[in-house]
Amino acid sequence: MAKVSMTVNGKAASAEVEGRTLLVSFLREELGLTGTHVGCDTSQCGACVVHVDGKAVKSCTMLALEAEGAEVATIEGQAEPDGTLNTIQAAFREHHGLQCGFCTPGMVMSAAALLKDNPKPSEQDVREYLEGNLCRCTGYHNIVKSIMAASGQDVSALAAE
Amino acid sequence: MPKDSGIGASPKRREDVRFLTGNGNYTDDINAHGQAYVHFLRSDLAHGKINGIDTAAAEAMPGVVRIFTAADFEAVGGVPCGWQITDRHGEVMQEPKHPILAEGKVRHVGEAIAAVVADSPEQARDAAEAIELDIEELPAVIDMKAAVADSSVKVHDDLTSNLCFDWGFVEENREAVEQAFQDAAHVTTLELINNRLIANPMEPRVAIGEYNRSSDDSTLYTTSQNPHVIRLLMGAFVLGIPEHKLRVVAPDVGGGFGTKIFHYAEEAFCTFAAKACNRAIKWTSSRSEAFMSDAHGRDHVSKIELALDADNNFTAVRTDTYANMGAYLSTFAPAVPTWLHGILMAGNYKTPLVYVNVKAVFTNTVPVDAYRGAGRPEATFQLERVVDKAARELGVDPIALRRQNFITEFPYATPVAVEYDTGDYNATMDKLEEIADLSGFATRRAASEAKGKIRGLGVNCYIEACGIAPSNLVGQLGARAGLYESATVRVNATGGLVVMTGSHSHGQGHETAFPQVIAEMIGIDESMIEIVHGDTAKVPMGMGTYGSRSLAVGGSAMVKATEKIIAKAKKIAAHLMEAADADIELKDGQFSVAGTDKSVAWGDVTLAAYVPHNYPLEDIEPGLEETAFYDPSNFTYPSGAYACEVEVDPDTGKVSIERFSAADDFGNIVNPMIVDGQVHGGIGQGIGQALLEGCVYDENGQLLSASFMDYAMPRADDLPFYAVDHSCQTPCTHNPLGVKGCGEAGAIGSPPAVVNAVVDALQSAGKNVTHIDMPLSPGRVWAAMNG
Amino acid sequence: MYNFDYEAPSSVAEAVAALAAEDAQALGGGQTLIPTMKQRLAMPSTLVSLSGIAEMKGFDVGNGAVTIGGNVTHAVVAAGAGAYPALAELASHIGDPAVRNRGTIGGSLANNDPSADYPAAALASAAVIVTNAREIAADDYFQGMFTTALEDGEIITGVRFAVPEVANYQKFVQPASRFALVGVFVAKHADGVRVAVTGASEEGVFRWAAAEAALNDSFSADAVADLAVDPANMIGDLHGTKAYRAHLVGVMTKRAVAAAT
Repeated sequence: MAKVSMTVNGKAASAEVEGRTLLVSFLREELGLTGTHVGCDTSQCGACVVHVDGKAVKSCTMLALEAEGAEVATIEGQAEPDGTLNTIQAAFREHHGLQCGFCTPGMVMSAAALLKDNPKPSEQDVREYLEGNLCRCTGYHNIVKSIMAASGQDVSALAAE
Repeated sequence: MPKDSGIGASPKRREDVRFLTGNGNYTDDINAHGQAYVHFLRSDLAHGKINGIDTAAAEAMPGVVRIFTAADFEAVGGVPCGWQITDRHGEVMQEPKHPILAEGKVRHVGEAIAAVVADSPEQARDAAEAIELDIEELPAVIDMKAAVADSSVKVHDDLTSNLCFDWGFVEENREAVEQAFQDAAHVTTLELINNRLIANPMEPRVAIGEYNRSSDDSTLYTTSQNPHVIRLLMGAFVLGIPEHKLRVVAPDVGGGFGTKIFHYAEEAFCTFAAKACNRAIKWTSSRSEAFMSDAHGRDHVSKIELALDADNNFTAVRTDTYANMGAYLSTFAPAVPTWLHGILMAGNYKTPLVYVNVKAVFTNTVPVDAYRGAGRPEATFQLERVVDKAARELGVDPIALRRQNFITEFPYATPVAVEYDTGDYNATMDKLEEIADLSGFATRRAASEAKGKIRGLGVNCYIEACGIAPSNLVGQLGARAGLYESATVRVNATGGLVVMTGSHSHGQGHETAFPQVIAEMIGIDESMIEIVHGDTAKVPMGMGTYGSRSLAVGGSAMVKATEKIIAKAKKIAAHLMEAADADIELKDGQFSVAGTDKSVAWGDVTLAAYVPHNYPLEDIEPGLEETAFYDPSNFTYPSGAYACEVEVDPDTGKVSIERFSAADDFGNIVNPMIVDGQVHGGIGQGIGQALLEGCVYDENGQLLSASFMDYAMPRADDLPFYAVDHSCQTPCTHNPLGVKGCGEAGAIGSPPAVVNAVVDALQSAGKNVTHIDMPLSPGRVWAAMNG
Repeated sequence: MYNFDYEAPSSVAEAVAALAAEDAQALGGGQTLIPTMKQRLAMPSTLVSLSGIAEMKGFDVGNGAVTIGGNVTHAVVAAGAGAYPALAELASHIGDPAVRNRGTIGGSLANNDPSADYPAAALASAAVIVTNAREIAADDYFQGMFTTALEDGEIITGVRFAVPEVANYQKFVQPASRFALVGVFVAKHADGVRVAVTGASEEGVFRWAAAEAALNDSFSADAVADLAVDPANMIGDLHGTKAYRAHLVGVMTKRAVAAAT
């Protein structure tokens, strides 16, 4: 066991962990932040995407110890403290960008990372960026639309409703 | 103007807030006090005789609580099958025992042989690796036709063969159909495979068993589409626990698509082991485990023939299908290739004669059961592919050939035992031609050619039988359960409602859409209505969510219960206003006496029901809570027309979906936003089946597509925006909402459109390609082009 | 995963020392190693994380070369290797964005997955693999699927790419994994053309000599139009037959040349 310390959603967090403890396990089991999900074991589905030092990473493919000293952001820290949804979350709700909700935390975190680097992505930019985020419910239509809407683009003309 | 509340409005989903903020409550988010973890040691052989299992070393490993093998389950039943088929010879299907842990033999890669319960998941896995297995490998039964032709190697030694059943429908039509083919002016024949799929909801399965020694109650938390069905199957048939001692909870569930309908051995194991170990037991499937333990879908090998007369009227359809059951019969497996498949084989057409033969086969593969559409996609794919092929052979327009043969008068009794209540297939085709801009196709094709790409257009129709299903009918057909739904509407004193529904929501948005219906009936705000589902301790009974049935069946139960509430509330209102019951009207949450200005508010009446100081106690009881069960009198029949445009890269065979349009008739619509989303998702899965997804076993029964590394899930950049329309509405005539169901349509209607489009593209480029089996991977398309 | 001790040295020397322990293994970005360990297909006793080693984070551009520290992530290469656009472009399509934020060039080259992208770039670029102990020419480095010239405990501290006159990488993806079903990197150097193929062969990344010869004569897509690799040497699996992969090698080579000219 070794001690790991990091900042999660602005709060200091530390615990004794095994070498093999994954970041996602640390978040879910040590901190009770169960919004970050595990949907696969081959690093492909993206349900576990969080931000580490501002960059999107798959928390199922990173050891907790690798996040020593890092700033970690999860889905639980995205809304305002009073519960107001952030722009991306609000756009997902407005445009029905989620159904079962399981992939949603990872989608929102990936979308946030995309929009930070590319504030006005094209449809193709969004689709390509989501390569590492699988959704089985939506056929991606409303996810892509939500992210483009969150970037401030007019999505009313995108395909037929 | 679109409405902003009630039926037909698209309020934003109330579920979304918790999901978007990480506050969903999925099964894996639940942890019981002091829980232990189970790891299943699974077979890496497809077929083998178990000569010995030595757990001694494993039992001594750190953290091990107990190790279970089949011997621990001798007093326990097998996982039951919920449907019994009687075949064309009058024989009931062969039904092998499906043990909780492998007994005597292993029959598919992934079958659980032993279960290790330990203090941590890693300790359980460590110990599982220390179990010594003595298993003698046997030849694997993989190819269905070979398995039927030669039963020298049997999946189940106690059965007479590998054939589960040989079903004929309508058997009495067999000879008449043969005659029609002999008399036909033209016969089109197509052999095809409906590729085996893995549902892969993003949330893997999880089960947590708990046992309360004080009360002798068991609780199972599970990722299920129908917790009451699990309670019934597991309690009555496996573990012998009466319903009142067994609670099953399916909290937020991360997608189902059919594969979370079924009762799985892991659920029974966790419930059983929790009592045996006196400790909560948790199992969380890894994705790798899911690939070899979740029931798979589809896997039909078919030959379909279409007979036409000299005027291109369809005179008969005959199909021959081998349907893979896998190694054991999953919950609804026998129903999928039979009743959910055969009764759809008339499609949208007035073909007078249909004969369907299905041979269901045991193989050394994971059990196969319902996956989104379940039987209906297989029927639609065969029919819409053969009609398309016929049009090409005859040199007629595929749309015109379809229109010529459409059923146009309703109700319509098909030759395959069902009666379509309503529909307007020309209307959806007209709508499709408009939204897909089919008149602009030639221009788009030319533009593709200018880029060096080959463009193709595929169109098809579909019809499905949803709103599953009339209990008396399905009982005759072999169902071992009723397929009604229940709802309890509890009105609280201050006027708010809690609706306990047996339908389960795992992405469909019931918590939003169901209140829209009740709010409209009463005339109150949707926020006054709360939907409770997924807990057998809270909901009286439920058959769950599948077969596009939630609104058509569950919603109807809810409407009936609400009607009872309103009837009683009117009596209370009549008493309060000193008027006759018959004169009371309810509008906008106000009860009024017809022809007067007297009124009382909804909340006054509900308060009176619980504070009955001025109340007709001699006539009615206090309180305001009603339960209704609704059993549908028929299936519902959503229908539609789909169009797909593809571009094929002639150098690589890669297919890209350029446009996809869907015109559906779902009858009345409660929440158009949610309906759009359901269609989008279904199309995404249908395109996935057509282009990307394929579950592949090698001849030894090893699963080659065993992870997302080899099983291609559709990604955002594989798919386009879709044009969807559901303005064609012929309401269902036999349920109170006039709804038909929309959950499966997209997955049913889209695969033939994609394949038709690719065949069109290749033929337009002069290639003599009449069919390619799904998935239309680049390699397969390239091989077809260069074959 | 089996458990292991975790070490995070801050210098190459410390890392080399830590890797001397029995069954110790280096951890780069972990994007392949961690999933492999989750399947319990690897069981190091000690995992030595290289990500904290500052001297392996370098990124130098100049004198016709791009030198990239072994720790540099794909995302950083994609954003920063503007002096070698084909390399930046390649890096921008490895895995997905989250994988690119963790995965490193050193880790990728050390693993030498037969479907990985970087080996094609390194081989076609005649890159030099720099380790704690020596420099290895790419032609000597790749020794077959998952096999390299690295000795136990040897760490890739950097990779030096000679920037070609023109270059291009064309990847045709395996639809499930999105690794290369076939990837072809064509680089025209002052001293000749190099064509490296990944994804296609059981032997891992390889140079396609016939295409190089043809392109040395005439650097045009037409020059390779009639060439074909022998399907017998190709991988055949559920995603593509040997014949299909062989065909794709030709198509991707043509496209890479066309894009580079």
